[in-house]
Amino acid sequence: MIPLESWTRTEAENFLFEEAALLDEWKLDEWRALFLPECRYLVPAMTVDPYSDPNSTLFLIADDGHHLNERISRLKSKAAFAEQPRSRTLRVISNVTLKGREEAALQLRCTFITYRTTMESVDTFWGYHHHLLTATSDGARISEKRSVLTMCTLRPQGKLTIIL
Amino acid sequence: MIEPDQLLDVKREEGTFRVARRCYVDPDLYRAEEESIFSKCWLYLAHESELTKSNCFLTRKIAGRPLLLTRDASGNLRAFLNVCPHRGAQVCRHRSGSAKSFTCLYHGWTFSNDGRVLSITEPATYSRTFVDSDRNNLQQVPRLATYRGFIFVNYDHSACSLSDYLAGAREQIDLVVDQAELGMELVAGVQEYSVRANWKLLSENSVDILHGPILHATYVDLIARNSHRTMTLDHDRAGACRDLGNGHVVVEREAFQGRPIAKWIPIWGEQAKKEIADVYERLVKRHGAQRAHHMAHFSRNLLIFPNLAINDIMAITVRTWQPTAVDAMDVTAWSLAPLEERETPALTRRLSNFNEFFGPGGFASPDDAEALESCQRAFQAWREAPWNDLSKGFFNGDPHPNGELAQRAFWLKWHDSIARGFA
Repeated sequence: MIPLESWTRTEAENFLFEEAALLDEWKLDEWRALFLPECRYLVPAMTVDPYSDPNSTLFLIADDGHHLNERISRLKSKAAFAEQPRSRTLRVISNVTLKGREEAALQLRCTFITYRTTMESVDTFWGYHHHLLTATSDGARISEKRSVLTMCTLRPQGKLTIIL
Repeated sequence: MIEPDQLLDVKREEGTFRVARRCYVDPDLYRAEEESIFSKCWLYLAHESELTKSNCFLTRKIAGRPLLLTRDASGNLRAFLNVCPHRGAQVCRHRSGSAKSFTCLYHGWTFSNDGRVLSITEPATYSRTFVDSDRNNLQQVPRLATYRGFIFVNYDHSACSLSDYLAGAREQIDLVVDQAELGMELVAGVQEYSVRANWKLLSENSVDILHGPILHATYVDLIARNSHRTMTLDHDRAGACRDLGNGHVVVEREAFQGRPIAKWIPIWGEQAKKEIADVYERLVKRHGAQRAHHMAHFSRNLLIFPNLAINDIMAITVRTWQPTAVDAMDVTAWSLAPLEERETPALTRRLSNFNEFFGPGGFASPDDAEALESCQRAFQAWREAPWNDLSKGFFNGDPHPNGELAQRAFWLKWHDSIARGFA
């Protein structure tokens, strides 16, 4: 296992590609395990600076670790009707760069295109993921994932019931 | 040829009230609504907190019309049709900002933010009469009015006043706005999304309570866990649905989950408990015990006909939906919050509450969208299966929040408006 401080683009891509595959396969518990127990999953509203403070700005999604657990619980149940039957998704990850390195931490940026289809609709979401990774004894873990949608609105997509 | 009387089937003695599914899919009715409802009613445009400084502006589409809303140099609110008097391009193509004047991209006509034309291009090539004409100014909307910070527009010059139009809804808006000590504002960050369904489905859904435990089971579970099982939906709650006149309705019921003003939940912790108790005490001082209890311990879903919801539940959402096609609408949702919550943990709790339920990433609203889209898809069976049923509680006029009194009041106003248009 290559320590976080030695990561190059290859390790970063491997990590991000693996994350995308877990999500495409709806392996939500394994995906959650990529995060620290205390973490954040953020999707800013498109009308404000993506680095606005979720404590005082309305986001589309601003999950702490507890709410992320709840989100996964919900998606695993049969009562999350917007995802029953489950949509099919495909996540394309590209333009991966290592943006910043600190003691036992690494910042990544990549572009994403996420396709979501149901029998009734075909929707595309795109933007940048900003991952903050922390080194742990079990390997790299995500402390924050901020998915910045760069469309102007969620029209016609409407719903954001998948993990981007 | 559409007969308005074929659109509602109401038999009071039998206690049945049905709506033709055709109402949600017929393009001729959609066009009739454009004239009889969206060109006649007071329509929500913006909140005063979106334009706090002089010379700021925003643009927005309301019932299809492109509008430019400004606060001019003297601080007056003005709303214009965002169309150049010359050859019709949009005078302002930005979402919002600050500008003392606007210059049309096409031929350069320039306008002050109070609407007066400042310059036309090559004025010497026009007659004196032309140059001096009022017709070169930006065209104001026929009517503009504000109630408690909510700005409305009406495209009908001869419409009644906003105050008269709101009727019994004024008191409900007061119950929401008066929760704040320093006034209410829209929090930064807007949720702009869409639903692939007829706009009337969201009007119905915004004041529908019956579906709570069923469609939003995952939300109910979340609240049960957040409250360590002290907050559940399994008891009958006090409350009522009220017809407020003019198609407006409110459904109030005892809140079962945490509310920013002022109902604490265990996961917020002990410090929050004290803060919330303080807020409640101040509410009682300002409004008396009874009104404070009414404001704080009851949730209210308020529908202003045709397409504005002010839902004061686990947080306060202000939500409008613009029809874009017979089977599609653009939805915009904001969070309304007291100014005094700025920079405090109270605002964070409020926004967390909001996101647990509302918006495209919430635990509830996307399932509402799914249900409405499911209706719209199934409405294609309208020829063989023509009727939606809204009879719940009709036979005895029961105002129970789980009844369909709210939806019936909406449809009666809708029908009245459409029938007038056909008269």
